[in-house]
Amino acid sequence: MSELDELYQEVILDHNKSPRNYRSMEHANRKAQGYNPLCGDQLTVYLQLEGGVIKDISFQGSGCAISKASASMMTAELKGKSEAEAKELFENVHNMLTGHFNGDEPEGPKRLGKLTILSGVSKFPARVKCASLAWHTVNSALKAEPEVVSTE
Amino acid sequence: MKVAHEIVTRGPLAEGFDVDRIRADFPILKQKIHGKPLVYFDNGATSQKPQVVIEALNRYYTTENSNIHRGVHFLSEQATAAYEAARQKIKRFVNAGSEREIIFVRGTTEAINLVAQSYGRTFLKPGDEIIVSAMEHHSNIVPWQMLCEQTGARLRVIPINHEGELVLDEYSRLLNEKTKLVSVTHVSNALGTIVPVKEMVRLAHERHVPVCVDGAQAVPHLKVDVQDLGCDFYAFSGHKLFGPTGVGVLYGRAELLEAMPPYQGGGDMISLVTFEKTHYNVLPYKFEAGTPHIAGGIGLGAAVDYLEGLDWQRVAAHEHGLLSYATAALSDIDGLRIIGTAKEKVGVVSFVFDHIHAHDVGTILDQEGVAVRAGHHCAMPVMQRFGVPATTRASFALYNKLEEIDILVRGIQRALKVFQ
Repeated sequence: MSELDELYQEVILDHNKSPRNYRSMEHANRKAQGYNPLCGDQLTVYLQLEGGVIKDISFQGSGCAISKASASMMTAELKGKSEAEAKELFENVHNMLTGHFNGDEPEGPKRLGKLTILSGVSKFPARVKCASLAWHTVNSALKAEPEVVSTE
Repeated sequence: MKVAHEIVTRGPLAEGFDVDRIRADFPILKQKIHGKPLVYFDNGATSQKPQVVIEALNRYYTTENSNIHRGVHFLSEQATAAYEAARQKIKRFVNAGSEREIIFVRGTTEAINLVAQSYGRTFLKPGDEIIVSAMEHHSNIVPWQMLCEQTGARLRVIPINHEGELVLDEYSRLLNEKTKLVSVTHVSNALGTIVPVKEMVRLAHERHVPVCVDGAQAVPHLKVDVQDLGCDFYAFSGHKLFGPTGVGVLYGRAELLEAMPPYQGGGDMISLVTFEKTHYNVLPYKFEAGTPHIAGGIGLGAAVDYLEGLDWQRVAAHEHGLLSYATAALSDIDGLRIIGTAKEKVGVVSFVFDHIHAHDVGTILDQEGVAVRAGHHCAMPVMQRFGVPATTRASFALYNKLEEIDILVRGIQRALKVFQ
């Protein structure tokens, strides 16, 4: 598979076309905005946290296929997870996107489940920020940081 | 691809302009990217450098390197002579009245900041108005916003129409007794529109309002004559003009420059320093504090020499051919919308798809060896005006070929296939 095919896999294109949990949330108790000044990607992540568990999660915004697909897959993955699990996943995803997992570490990518499909992004340094924007934003929402998150 | 646009352009421009000979002067163009020939269409961001510019930098550091304006030794005299010769070349290139009016700066951004902080802070007061346009680069917006905060002046904006042209009637209406400065781009970086600067200067001067022109995107494409334009300040960057990064030029009318205080303090900009009082140096050195980018200035001089050796009418015809060929070829692509369709344009084609983000197009084109810019082009108000988050921009230079546009089109078709 070429690097480009690895980047734009069917699953990613599908999430881009029909993003899951793409809506605003009236009853959200956490919310954060993410912004990538390089390309103008913008998104809002909504969370409903109850007893340290993500009961509901959604997002809205505009961006490239990678940022939209990553946000969509993230919401599907995080629903029902605890705050601690979400934070661990954030670290793992970040390491994968920046190419810190390799074939010698079977423990790493496996824990990421379906999200490993985004590993092709690590070959495109300029696109890492697109894929990580949603994750930085949800991380900020979990920390209840009030400010707009920027990938710069 | 259709044949229609082939007929449009594969004609007169081919005569007398040997693009392959030009390309041979630019060593970087021989490179392969991802195994494919480099198609460099990001000239609006920065241009490539001809061998003569690279050699000028090499020669300076190999045989002339020394500080200028201060040494009695041989090398310092050599370096000073080379640097000042570059200033002369640039003076001729833009037809300034005197080399005293050519100030070396880091780039267009610094040039505009210099005008804002030196001229603006001295002569503007609360309630005064500064006019810019809706198609400015951030570097011709933010320095004025900062100045407004500092002085209490107000920023007024000339709107643009759907083609991406300035609405001149609105400009005339905005000019009033409170207007103290107009600062406008000569060519839009995001849209390619050529702005009728000469006419705008005339209208401003009727009210004795000085005009600053952002020429960053104009000088690589148009023959600029600052005296003919009549503008009071003209700013441009070396690196977009086939010269080095880190050096640029502010042209200012001597009369205004004389009345302005220095922008920065330091060495070279003084004639006498005591702790009681410092006397400033004469023009242009008053505005050139500290050791400048000497090699950069000399390199820019070499770039200007290179350009002076070309037939500009033929260069212009060639670039116009690239633009009309690209416009026709891209217009044929289903779902592609060109942003910026002004009658008067340089070789810039910005485009969007409803269902494919510019960033994705940029990545796929890169895999084909095609370098374009994807994003808001540091002109977010322009993106807002057209209701798009970003565009893909192909910007041409004199060394680009029609065949490269065919490669661009094939790359776009690949993107369409990925996102079908």
